[in-house]
Amino acid sequence: MSGEQLYQRDVYGKTLVELGKTNKNIIVLDADLSSSTRTSMFRKEFPDRFFNFGVAEQNMMGAAAGLASCGKTVFLSTFAIFASGRAWDQVRNSICYNNFNVKIVASHAGISVGPDGASHQALEDLALMRVIPNMNIIVPCDGPQTAEAITVAANTKGPFYIRLGRPKIPTLENKGKFELGKAQILTEGNDVAIIACGIMVAEALVAVNNLAKKGIKVRLINMHTLRPLDSQTILKAANQMRLGLVVCEEHTVSGGLASSVDEVVSENHPVKVLCLGIKNRFGQSGEPAELLKEYNLTSADIEKAVLSL
Amino acid sequence: MTDEKKIKDLEARAKVIRRLIIQMLAKAKSGHPGGSLSSTDLITALFFSVLKHKPKDPNWPDRDRFHMSKGHCCPLWYAVLAESGYFPKEKLMTLRQIGSMLQGHPDRRATGVEVSSGSLGQGLSVGLGMSLAAKIDKKDYRVYVLMGDGEIQEGNIWEAAMASAHYKCDNLCAILDYNGFQIDGATKDIMNLEPIAKKWQAFGWHTIEIDGHNMGEILKAYAEASTIKDKPSIIIARTIKGKGVSFMENVVDFHGRAPTEEEAIKALKELE
Repeated sequence: MSGEQLYQRDVYGKTLVELGKTNKNIIVLDADLSSSTRTSMFRKEFPDRFFNFGVAEQNMMGAAAGLASCGKTVFLSTFAIFASGRAWDQVRNSICYNNFNVKIVASHAGISVGPDGASHQALEDLALMRVIPNMNIIVPCDGPQTAEAITVAANTKGPFYIRLGRPKIPTLENKGKFELGKAQILTEGNDVAIIACGIMVAEALVAVNNLAKKGIKVRLINMHTLRPLDSQTILKAANQMRLGLVVCEEHTVSGGLASSVDEVVSENHPVKVLCLGIKNRFGQSGEPAELLKEYNLTSADIEKAVLSL
Repeated sequence: MTDEKKIKDLEARAKVIRRLIIQMLAKAKSGHPGGSLSSTDLITALFFSVLKHKPKDPNWPDRDRFHMSKGHCCPLWYAVLAESGYFPKEKLMTLRQIGSMLQGHPDRRATGVEVSSGSLGQGLSVGLGMSLAAKIDKKDYRVYVLMGDGEIQEGNIWEAAMASAHYKCDNLCAILDYNGFQIDGATKDIMNLEPIAKKWQAFGWHTIEIDGHNMGEILKAYAEASTIKDKPSIIIARTIKGKGVSFMENVVDFHGRAPTEEEAIKALKELE
């Protein structure tokens, strides 16, 4: 880690402005959270291509479909809890069923939202989005990867769900090239593979370094794309690891990354898979670091899980 | 064409469309005749006298947009599309069959369908998006959205109503098929909608109330809507569910039941 810490949503806002300069087809929508999601940056630069829908996410999703039907590439943002839950039917029927160019960039996902508490902590958004055909899903692990994800979404046909967090997070170095649907191997090893996404990748990296000192070699896989899923990389790991797999996500273990991995290995190459995530609980208020500890999502928890295999 | 001749011509076309609806539904053995027939005059007038469109060039960028938010009435949509020349009329008889482009609720695989529908309450938002796209592109096409009366019980409709007025979408014209019935019974008993016009006015819309089976009034309403500036318009059309087939008129059962073969023969006789 370089020591650099960035807000993913700052990177998102800046990237949108950059893309907006050359791609006049990009339209941006928000539902009264533009200062938090940072779509406000686009609004300031291109007021004619920004629309605020007020506190009305269902209408925003439907209007996005209408705009896309007229050839627009629509980026829209709100908090993950509202983007995935409040308007799920509109996302399914008006956006995904039509395979429209609507890119839902959902901020404030996961337990790391912190003090706002359970009502605002989306722990099931990936599950809700992953069951809809046509939907592409990216969970960038840091600031720079957010820019890559947004750019790929702008240039790839079809609907996207991109999950961003609220807090500043460390930038990870030497991740290699970003490709939609192609996982990144951050460390090599044949004892255990850790498959993680989002902020859990940085937590896992700390665990991997500690485990190396104990002689355990871990392959750390940054599974930034949940759909289309890189099954090949998962199966290769299932095949090559001496002890098994550990999946880490800031999300319920039902329906998200853990389930994605389980579905692939159980059908093709059954191995032991330990899942670190939220287990049938709502979130609560607290500082992000306190909450990660409370919900067993710290590097120490990951280390413990690996050692238990 | 004189107005009188135009009206006669549209009335004759509406009869053709109603016949097609009955034939499609009888063949499919399921589907929604009641609301298809109540909207027929409104949508026939729209397709054959109002819309700027090129059926042989469905992606013509300057075309007026039509969206059927109450997607269950797609037999009507498919019939006017086929009658306009978007696709051969023979295809109509594949309604609801596996592999058909004419799905049980509208789907983009049907030529001329721009956006799918079926889950109620979303179509006015879709129309709003189309309207905003026209404004961004500085194009003067208009957007028409057909809604059912039961459908406006959905909260999403009112979100779209508020936003369309906020963004002064004067290129947007909603059409409300106010036939007074929904699946479970009369709208006044299930969930009262009145006062409808006042609600839309309070949301910032220009309202036009008409008899939805009077071609003269329908044409006048579309013409009036196109002159309104700085606000969207809604045509609130009083209609009769199942209009044109005596034994279907105002019969709730025919909201979502196809005519039997026998009923279809009887209905087609009435529509000769």
